[in-house]
Amino acid sequence: MSIEIRNVNKKFGSFTALDNINITVPTGKLTTLLGPSGCGKTTLLRIIAGLEYADSGQIFFDDLDVTNTPVQKRHIGFMFQHYALFRHKNIAENVAFGLTLLPKNKRPSKADINKRVNELLELVQLPQVANAYPHQLSGGQRQRIALARALAVKPKLLLLDEPFGALDAKVRKELRTWLKNIHHELGITSIMVTHDQEEARAVSDEIVVMNQGRVEQVGTSEALIHQPANAFVSDFLDLA
Amino acid sequence: MQISNSYDYQSNPATKDTPWIRRTFITIAVLFMVVMLVVPLLAVFYEAFKNGWQLYVASLVDPEALQAIKLTLITAGIVLPINMVLGIAIAWLVTRYQFKGKQLVTTLLDLPFSVSPVVAGLMFVLLFGLNSTVGGWLESMGFQVIYAVPGIVLATLFVTFPFVARELIPLMQTQGDSEEQAALTLGASGWQTFWHVTLPNIKWALLYGLILTNARAMGEFGAVSVVSGHIRGETNTMPLLVEIAYNDYNFTAAFALSSLLAALALVTLLIQQVMTKMQARKFAKSARLAAAPELPVSANATNAADTYKTAAQAAKSSRNV
Repeated sequence: MSIEIRNVNKKFGSFTALDNINITVPTGKLTTLLGPSGCGKTTLLRIIAGLEYADSGQIFFDDLDVTNTPVQKRHIGFMFQHYALFRHKNIAENVAFGLTLLPKNKRPSKADINKRVNELLELVQLPQVANAYPHQLSGGQRQRIALARALAVKPKLLLLDEPFGALDAKVRKELRTWLKNIHHELGITSIMVTHDQEEARAVSDEIVVMNQGRVEQVGTSEALIHQPANAFVSDFLDLA
Repeated sequence: MQISNSYDYQSNPATKDTPWIRRTFITIAVLFMVVMLVVPLLAVFYEAFKNGWQLYVASLVDPEALQAIKLTLITAGIVLPINMVLGIAIAWLVTRYQFKGKQLVTTLLDLPFSVSPVVAGLMFVLLFGLNSTVGGWLESMGFQVIYAVPGIVLATLFVTFPFVARELIPLMQTQGDSEEQAALTLGASGWQTFWHVTLPNIKWALLYGLILTNARAMGEFGAVSVVSGHIRGETNTMPLLVEIAYNDYNFTAAFALSSLLAALALVTLLIQQVMTKMQARKFAKSARLAAAPELPVSANATNAADTYKTAAQAAKSSRNV
């Protein structure tokens, strides 16, 4: 599913968070919104998700205008920086949550739900924690479960808000590779937000560099390094 | 991993207080609690049963006593659900929304605590009494508020109003709303989010707020005394009847009813203890799990990739079904 962001603007009071953003996100690719704190990348991600509304502009999922569609109906998966696992549900219940919400006629049977939960736990390599609670897992494990939970309802779009921001450097690197591999296998259109340019370059198919609510440059990691559009991009990517 | 906990200071021989400091503190605390809490409580039960079991029971099945017990239970039964719903609504409003006047709402929430209960009762008499506009109008419709049960319910609602909200607000502020946001992204409607995510997260604070509400609702004296009119057999709650019985020198009846109220307090505390233990046991059970291994080291890249492939293929094939 491809995403088109057309003329999106957002202000918080007198602060301009997003200034006439126009981006196309290709199907099946992992696109990263990269930029310093306050550049608007998380705001844009949340507008795409439906957790915020733009002041003006449109969002299209595959030619369908979803600008006014509520977040519940957008069929997205969202990963939060601090995991946002449901603390009073065990891991299996967390992962199954989206499935248990489906209306009776669409909801799979208990057995099917269990089967899917186990498949997803196998996918994220945590098959034995089904009965544990989130507070008993490490940060890296929690984020992997958060991915399993987001994938349970088979979303067409995966949104990741600084998913490794709360983890230590070693786990960050491991999960980076892990995410790239999973994305490669599953092929879901994904948009990730980060301020870590090394992470963006390691993981993304395409990078959107943002600054102060505007898009500075869009391109692959190589394109950005060999042909930075301006001083900001060159500076931010630590180029000589 | 904890760096230190609050017991380290005393369990470490280097920083421990000398024995006599410890013993002094413990003695003062125990003495205070015994004198101020335990002895009066025991005295209530002693005086209630002093003249024998039969007189005790007779005092409680007396028609006036039964009516008082019934009225107390009805009042609590009406006030608890209303305060639960209103308390949750106010807590949700204050912790999830930004709006002008939010400070005013939080301040007003504390009003029933700062106002003397007698003043609260008088407030309702002035508002809904027969001489007021509202009260006069209601009376012409055949509905009496003051010196009748509705007035007692209103007064009790006022004095118990803050408990639930004040328990929930700090908890909900600390917890933040990211779990609710996650639920929305997974397709949950507002009601589903509240029922499946918010409510389980606040249930203990909610329960504690309800326990406090119940205790106050059943034990309230000042405000209810002003609005009830003390009409024997009709508008006396248990605390009111305790005072009346005592003034009539009917000590057994007074202490019998008091013992019921005291027993109620002990029972609610017991319920709270039991529920806390149940929750702790539930968490401990799931802690007895084998530790889950972290990600395989990158040296095992090939093996890892293979595992991803097979698992991902399984997931993919079920996706196409």
